[in-house]
Amino acid sequence: MTAAPAGTAGTALLDVRHVRKVYEGAGRSVEAVRDLTFGVAAGEFACIVGPSGAGKTTLLKCVAGLLGCTGGEVVLEGARVTGPPPGMAVVFQEYGRSLFPWMTVRQNVELPLKERRVPKARRRELVDEALDAVGLGEARHAHPWQLSGGMQQRVAIARAVAYEPHVLLMDEPFAAVDAQTRADLEDLVRDLWKRLGVTVLFVTHDIDESVYLGQRVIVLSNSPTVVLEEVAVDLPAERDQLATRSDPRFAELRARVYKLVQQAKSGHRPGTGDA
Amino acid sequence: MSALGLLRRAALLLAVPALLVAAWWLLTAGSTDFFWPPLSQILGAFDDTWFHGRFTRDVLPSVGRLLAGYLLALVIGVGLGTAIGSVRTLRALLEPVLEFFRAIPPPVLVPILMLFAGIGTGMKILVIVSGCVWPVLLNTVEGVRALDEVLGDTARCYRMRPHSRYVHLVLRGASPQIAAGARQALSIGIILMVISEMFAAGDGVGFTIVQFQRGFAIPQMWTGIILLGLIGVVLSLLFQLVESWALRWYTGLRGSEREG
Repeated sequence: MTAAPAGTAGTALLDVRHVRKVYEGAGRSVEAVRDLTFGVAAGEFACIVGPSGAGKTTLLKCVAGLLGCTGGEVVLEGARVTGPPPGMAVVFQEYGRSLFPWMTVRQNVELPLKERRVPKARRRELVDEALDAVGLGEARHAHPWQLSGGMQQRVAIARAVAYEPHVLLMDEPFAAVDAQTRADLEDLVRDLWKRLGVTVLFVTHDIDESVYLGQRVIVLSNSPTVVLEEVAVDLPAERDQLATRSDPRFAELRARVYKLVQQAKSGHRPGTGDA
Repeated sequence: MSALGLLRRAALLLAVPALLVAAWWLLTAGSTDFFWPPLSQILGAFDDTWFHGRFTRDVLPSVGRLLAGYLLALVIGVGLGTAIGSVRTLRALLEPVLEFFRAIPPPVLVPILMLFAGIGTGMKILVIVSGCVWPVLLNTVEGVRALDEVLGDTARCYRMRPHSRYVHLVLRGASPQIAAGARQALSIGIILMVISEMFAAGDGVGFTIVQFQRGFAIPQMWTGIILLGLIGVVLSLLFQLVESWALRWYTGLRGSEREG
């Protein structure tokens, strides 16, 4: 096993312990995730990258409590996850399908708060703050389908932020938006993370994105998935699309993660010798 | 421009009905055929036939039974449909039976229903329900099955309570299909309203039309048929009004998807 960076071993807010997931199909079973162990400290921004088909979405669904693990456990704030836990919000890749099209932007953001029985005045405050934070204050009475893809994903982020989660899970949230919107949204998420002190677990297939956003990048092997290696991102906390991406250290880290993902693709696994 | 557009739409909407009425009028103008009286004679009998007592005695009870049966069918169809659509085992268990019952034409049930529901209002409402419930039920099942998985995951993540999940996710999500079923059910309902009144009834539009026919009051019989058509048109317009209001989001969503 790779050594976890200091501070994540004992005091992890989110603990993924030996998670295994086997899909039982008709007559055959597919082992998607073999043995995943990692922790995310309170307030940390961790990214997960892996080759496509590495079971990233499976892992995220297990962590979110949407899918039961075959083995191992996920522990959030000391409690074992058996269903979607209260302190967690998820932003899905398919923004168009995760917003309720029959509700306005405002109603979408407000709904989870209503479910949590947040009083009306506080609800309004939270919704307004969250929509302003993602720059959608003007669009609150629109329906999601009246907005562009990037704006729809902003609504989903606003909904997650208004929910005041302790952990924010993001499943390839920017995979379906264009490059410029993507850069804007990356900075938005970094901003919100710094301002709110929320713990973020960000799944992506984009190596640059993982290095640019995270404090730590967890690289997965190919399926059946294990953790291949964890890379600490020692870039300055202040990230900037131009300055950070042209930083020599960024290039080094990027190259390192890139190499790891290439290794993962070719079937390299930890403990099988250096490739 | 918009006034002109409105005029255009009205012209398009009314062109064919106007042509048909004109054709009917002209073709029957000099008719001496007992069974095909001139349209002028039929229209002349309309007011006398329906608006001097029969409206409250026959039309309102008919429409009342239709609405009662229709609404009951909606409630049953949507209630059962959401349950069957949500639970896989229930679906596997019930689907063959549902197809069987759906295939039975409701009119043949009338004599059977009379055996245990009598010949009163209850029987007539039951006949309407027995026909209207199927399109609503089957469309609701399809609608619930087709609910987006990501939306379901979202609802779970944000811990939506069962009741609001049902209202805000299941019902709203399936509403386009429910509306499609409800639209089919409405026309079936009108047919069954008439049929249920032809067997054993003392009032109603269907009953009155049969009475006229048996009494060789042919122009009056024709007015009844026209009245049935008009009831259908009015109910369908009302339905469209409610539908377009409830499915504004759906129309907009589809429009935005078409634009790409």
